[in-house]
Amino acid sequence: MPPTENTPANPSASATPAIEFTDVEKSFGPTTVLKDLNFSVAPGERVTLIGPSGSGKTTILRLVMTLEELTGGYIFVDGKPLTFEERDGKRVELPKKRTREMTTRIGMVFQQFNLFPNMTVLENIIEAPVHVLGKSKSEASKEAKELLERVGLAEKADEHPTRLSGGQQQRVAIARALAMSPEILLLDEVTSALDPELVGDVLGVLRDIAETTDITMLLVTHEMQFARDVSHRVMMFDGGQVLEQGPPDQIFNNPQHDRTRSFLSSVL
Amino acid sequence: MNWNWEFAAEALPILLHGFVNTLIATVIGTVIAAILGLILAVAIRGLPRWINWLVRLLVAFIRNTPLVVQLMFVYFAFSGIPGLVDVPALVIGFIVIGVHYSTYMSESYRAGIDSVPPGQHEAATALSLPPVRKFTAIILPQALRATIPSLGNYAVAMFKDTPFLFAISVVELVTAAKQFGGSTFAYTEAFTLAGIIFLAASYPTSLLIQRLDKRLATY
Repeated sequence: MPPTENTPANPSASATPAIEFTDVEKSFGPTTVLKDLNFSVAPGERVTLIGPSGSGKTTILRLVMTLEELTGGYIFVDGKPLTFEERDGKRVELPKKRTREMTTRIGMVFQQFNLFPNMTVLENIIEAPVHVLGKSKSEASKEAKELLERVGLAEKADEHPTRLSGGQQQRVAIARALAMSPEILLLDEVTSALDPELVGDVLGVLRDIAETTDITMLLVTHEMQFARDVSHRVMMFDGGQVLEQGPPDQIFNNPQHDRTRSFLSSVL
Repeated sequence: MNWNWEFAAEALPILLHGFVNTLIATVIGTVIAAILGLILAVAIRGLPRWINWLVRLLVAFIRNTPLVVQLMFVYFAFSGIPGLVDVPALVIGFIVIGVHYSTYMSESYRAGIDSVPPGQHEAATALSLPPVRKFTAIILPQALRATIPSLGNYAVAMFKDTPFLFAISVVELVTAAKQFGGSTFAYTEAFTLAGIIFLAASYPTSLLIQRLDKRLATY
């Protein structure tokens, strides 16, 4: 199956990128994970990051979600600085509040779901629309129920998350992220913690989102078939650098680098 | 051992009268300790370094000196200040007990807050929730689940510490029993009854805490 047709497979280069990394560097103490990283993602583009563990894929997602501090360089979302900006030649951190305004456009789904166990499924979904976007409870609940319908869990609205299976929890987490109507959705190994028989439901929901919306997606996954089906572009990382990138067919069928070949043969 | 039912019957209302002070000190002391303990736990996280250091020093000081010394210190220090002499000893009592136990409860809150998995903080950040909302709606409710049982245990410990109030002349249950024994020599009756009253109050409380603990563990 080729990338879906609703968005251009090769989004126009002239548009402002949805995400742009400029000279990004990330280190944890003495360990440098990313160095001089430059890349951008066009609006509506779906990009899969692949590579051996420790290559910095998840760190890239976490930097966009502001879960990690950016130790060097800049990240722009819709052309606007996310956490740091350059002012008079100096690198200056933005006020937390401004960063938080920026992150309202970004949603993230985690490997471990991270639903709030002290709230029902519905409360999990309406929490941010009510308390961040200022929607009324009734409006947010109505939208939440539509989202639950969409992920096939309409009857679970009043359950607590711990009563759901992993696959159901992850679908709730997807609904929770979508409830903020994000422009960018970050998916961090969303099926890695699931039993094999539950993976299909979650991927089905994500396929549906990919086919029916123009949300920009940045995903880290080990589901290569899924990556092949939904992404416009695949980026192979190694040692914090982009080793090669291109349309899924090119990367999966005709990789240029030995490292990519050996990585793919280890996961396919 | 002699047991005289008449003395016992005579002692009971006097003891129960003393028990009212015990209850007041425990209940108000617990409320003070629970609120101040939470404030301390949060303050130690968020404050500038030097205030943080000062708070820690104060907490260490309160924890490492006996309650009875603190009670007498505050009682006598404040009765020396003109205009403040009217503060009833019972009020000083529950404030000092409350502050004393707040230093222990703050540690329970801190442990509870630390026990909330990092993923919960990350999910809150991913939803762009403001820090106050994140704390009150997500972190604190989950932290309390881990904290409430030990807060309950401290409340029971506080209850059993109320006899120290005798040092500042508050007639609570044990002092009432001692006074009754002193005037009638019926110490056996007075202290047996005092023990039974303590047990009758603290045992159901412990059971209540256990049930609360189970209920909180269900989600």
